[in-house]
Amino acid sequence: MQKIGVFVCHCGTNIAGTVDVKAVAEALSHEPGVVFAADYPYMCSESGQNLIKDAIREHGLTGVVICSCSPRMHETTFRKAAASAGLNSYMVEIANIREQCSWIHKDMKTATEKAVILGRAAIAKVALNTPLTASETPVTKRALVIGGGIAGIQTALDIADAGFEVDIVEKEPTIGGKMAQIDKTFPTLDCAACILTPKMVDCAQNEKIHIYAYSEVESVKGFVGNFTVGIKKKARYVDETKCTGCGLCTEKCPMKKTPNLFNLGLDTRSAIYIPFAQAVPKVATIDADYCNMLKNGRCGVCSKVCTAGAIDYHQQDEHIEEKYGAIVVATGFNPIKLDNFDEYAYAQSPDVVTSLELERLMNAAGPNGGTLLRPSDKTHPHTIVFVQCVGSRDTSGCGKPYCSKICCMYTAKHAMLIRDKYPDTEVYVFYIDVRTPGKNFDEFYRRAVEEYGVHYIKGMVGKVMPQKNGKLLVRASDLLAGEQLKIEADMVVLAAAIEPDKTARSLATMLTASMDTNDFFTEAHPKLRPVESPTAGIFLSGVCQGPKDIPETVAQASAAAAKVIGLLVKDKLKSNPCIAHANETLCNGCSSCERVCPYGAITYVDKEFRMPDRTTKIRRVASVNAAVCQGCGACTVACPSGAMDLSGFSNQQIMAEVDAICR
Amino acid sequence: MPISEFKPKIVAFCCNWCSYAGADLAGTNRLNYPADVKIIRVPCSCRVNPIFILRAFQRGADGVILCGCHPGDCHYTTGNYYTRRRMTLLFSMLDYLGIEKERTRVEWVSAAEGAKFAAVMQDFVKTVTELGENKRLEDRRCKKP
Amino acid sequence: MQEAMKKRAKELLASGEVTRVIGWKKNEFDYDITPAVFESAEEIDRDFRYDDFCGPNLSKFTFKNQKNDTKTLVFLKPCDTYSMTQLITEHRVNRDALYLIGIPCFGKIDIEKIRADGTDGILSIASEGADVTVKTLYGDKTYVKADVMAERCLACKSKYHTIYDELMGEEGEVMETGRFNEVEKLEAMTPDERFGFWRGELSRCIRCNACRNACPACTCESCVFDNPDTGISQKAAADSFEENMFHIIRAFHVAGRCTDCGECSRVCPQHIPLHLLNRKFIRDIDKLYGEYQAGEEVGQRSPLVNFTTDDAEPDIVRKGGK
Repeated sequence: MQKIGVFVCHCGTNIAGTVDVKAVAEALSHEPGVVFAADYPYMCSESGQNLIKDAIREHGLTGVVICSCSPRMHETTFRKAAASAGLNSYMVEIANIREQCSWIHKDMKTATEKAVILGRAAIAKVALNTPLTASETPVTKRALVIGGGIAGIQTALDIADAGFEVDIVEKEPTIGGKMAQIDKTFPTLDCAACILTPKMVDCAQNEKIHIYAYSEVESVKGFVGNFTVGIKKKARYVDETKCTGCGLCTEKCPMKKTPNLFNLGLDTRSAIYIPFAQAVPKVATIDADYCNMLKNGRCGVCSKVCTAGAIDYHQQDEHIEEKYGAIVVATGFNPIKLDNFDEYAYAQSPDVVTSLELERLMNAAGPNGGTLLRPSDKTHPHTIVFVQCVGSRDTSGCGKPYCSKICCMYTAKHAMLIRDKYPDTEVYVFYIDVRTPGKNFDEFYRRAVEEYGVHYIKGMVGKVMPQKNGKLLVRASDLLAGEQLKIEADMVVLAAAIEPDKTARSLATMLTASMDTNDFFTEAHPKLRPVESPTAGIFLSGVCQGPKDIPETVAQASAAAAKVIGLLVKDKLKSNPCIAHANETLCNGCSSCERVCPYGAITYVDKEFRMPDRTTKIRRVASVNAAVCQGCGACTVACPSGAMDLSGFSNQQIMAEVDAICR
Repeated sequence: MPISEFKPKIVAFCCNWCSYAGADLAGTNRLNYPADVKIIRVPCSCRVNPIFILRAFQRGADGVILCGCHPGDCHYTTGNYYTRRRMTLLFSMLDYLGIEKERTRVEWVSAAEGAKFAAVMQDFVKTVTELGENKRLEDRRCKKP
Repeated sequence: MQEAMKKRAKELLASGEVTRVIGWKKNEFDYDITPAVFESAEEIDRDFRYDDFCGPNLSKFTFKNQKNDTKTLVFLKPCDTYSMTQLITEHRVNRDALYLIGIPCFGKIDIEKIRADGTDGILSIASEGADVTVKTLYGDKTYVKADVMAERCLACKSKYHTIYDELMGEEGEVMETGRFNEVEKLEAMTPDERFGFWRGELSRCIRCNACRNACPACTCESCVFDNPDTGISQKAAADSFEENMFHIIRAFHVAGRCTDCGECSRVCPQHIPLHLLNRKFIRDIDKLYGEYQAGEEVGQRSPLVNFTTDDAEPDIVRKGGK
């Protein structure tokens, strides 16, 4: 039997003005289990707390009920007081007789009656409380960043700057991501490489940062503070430690007809390659699909010319296992495939390009050395039509329902750059809406229209038809003028929607991090915890969480780093003890709880049970990870057998409260 | 019992993060609602088992209301989405059994909606008072003489 | 079909592919069929039966009689396959220890319907195509099968098998037979009428737990109604409240998992139409969250452990929108 003490607070006249506190203490003193009841003007004051502590010691109280203000106000205060008197702090319950009683009722009799009932419910609950202790787990002081684009780079640099080890896993042979492919950046028009490559070099030179390029995450085990991650270093057939990045092999390689993926296949490169001049790590990679030596053993030129002896045709994939305290997802995006958009003739004409392809066509390191030429006949285009929202804000099912967010701005940038460099080129932009929220963004767009004379037309492009003369006939509607337009264009640029990288889905499964229907990672709270995944220890950086431009990505990357640093500085993680636990003898192992858990806190283990007839039986039972569970209780209701219960808010406790209120 | 004398027993389950805070705000702003409402704090609306609701009726409650964060604002991200499905189906089943559908309710009340909390409770108490005592889901053994 | 099944079962036993066979056998009367485990060709020759009285769902029987260390052959009618699939989804049976053979079903006969006709002293019953011949002490009687078929078979949802290793006979199709008509009839009543209807039905409940024992979704290691720690354990319903409580919670616990096999109503000695509770949940789920058939494929996510951000609000019930 519990020995319960009841403490009724006057809160000056806040409570005592409408509630007869003495009558409440008197009434509650007769409740079963109550051995002490008192009232006091301010329970939260030092002398009030001393009253509680003294009573705990003197009467050997095993449970404490405080009738006072909201537990959101002083629950922590009273728990600490109880703990300092040697009582487990979770043996304290609060009856909220201020916010939910004295402040809302005017009649003394009514308020007093209600206060007694609320007190009774708290007593009924505390009688079933059990001492709880927060569990502690150590933290591995090392972070993993998955994805080496600008988001991953920024996050890694910030974490390293705080003094923690951080590894970047990048699936391409170099870090840099999409930003490395971009020509200029809005709204300042500085060149992307000029601002990105110094950061890439910083990563390479930082002692705290280790880059696993051309690598992939294979497996993730563990939980916040204690992840074990399997990483596959794909064979690049070049010894990274020996290669100096001199590039001689790429010059001598006879297999020059390999599509250049960095230039999106707009030109070709050799089978052994360094993606671009400022690649980090600057190490050659052999494309096994094209290398003659790897395909049929006939060649070996690169090996002969390499003075460092770095070529290794027998290199195998390497599997590494590493421990981390926190994981940052920065897997980024890709433009969608345009297979569903036949009307724009993307597959039929090389002169219909995506915006990212246009970036490469305009880039000094691109296929045309920075001169904008039509891919089909390498002539200078005089009329260019931009089509916005190709697959964005598309509810037809062909594209994506969301706004890709970056297209309005980069199209204004493209239009402006083209008009600046080639004033004789007419530029038309077909849009649904022009969206320019962001610092200096609208000014930028207006400059495109007002200073650079770009023709912005609100309307949709219906069809693009390649003509015999090599031109592209664009049929479109001008919604504001209410007329149909026909434009004979030299090039058409499609602002393809962006989507999360395809690797993100399988990664999310490994991380037990949740995703929305569009495969963007969901954040722990859409407003208040935007860079954390609901799964503890997993953080989100960049477009993997939702469409973003570079300034936003960098801001979020640093925010994610700040959260990671906040986690890694801790030596131990203390977890909330009010969490779910499964009664193994009742558990069916049916996975219902696992499916509703937003944190991936539930796993299953095969356990041996002794049966009544002395045989043993192996059953699948749920196991809750105390470091990951946040205590929402969704699992407790999903469980049909009642095996799942929640400490601090157990089935029995809540039903005892129900009973006490309805009594 | 004449309606004027009938004081219904109302159990209100409130999630800790939004609705319980909304109730606190109603108190802070001194917004009155009937004393018939007694609040039970739960971490999330998804903690409320249909068993608790039936238990309340068994023990003499005349109405049970469940309050949680607005969909999309759940502290635990997805809890109230499960609440929404579970309670919709449970309430529909109760209605199917001929039990008054006005005796149960789910409301989304944010921490900023003290006024909404008070208004919801006033309305719910009024509705239940008009319905009168819970007879269809009572346990006669739990009735006081 | 029976002979083909026996032959195949004996083959599989003989080859060592399986060591046990789960099927049906006859009790005292022709129409009194029970699930059974067969371990030898002799047992099969002697007792194995498959006819229009083999109503019991072998999935639940398999769950209760499973063995992990050896392989068991189970014959499954189309509706039994849904239950089996659901059990596999919930990790309640070990798929690796089972060899499943899908068998056709042409609807089972409800002996009560024959008795209700005043037929007594039944000696044997033979069902051949559309004719059912009953030999009794007082002479023979013939029925049209459709007239004496079980209600659940008249409203059969599917002749399709959702899982099997081997199929005997031809594969059937999912059907639309108006199985929700009765639910709709109840929904159209006034609340008072519905209350009256259900009181009339549920007050007959004697808490024999037959529904729970037969239900392939009720496989809990320990039922909440048997566990004193849950605070709602009951032996017999002492009050009308407890009758309601048991059936509401039971229906809720199987909601989204119930395949609508109809075993609960078949076994109820009080003839309470329990399937109408489960079908109500199925109906609501279909209408509110999209068509969902439990046990359709392994690994399905039940609508009760799923959501969309724009689900209907619980208000829809109060406002009568449904």
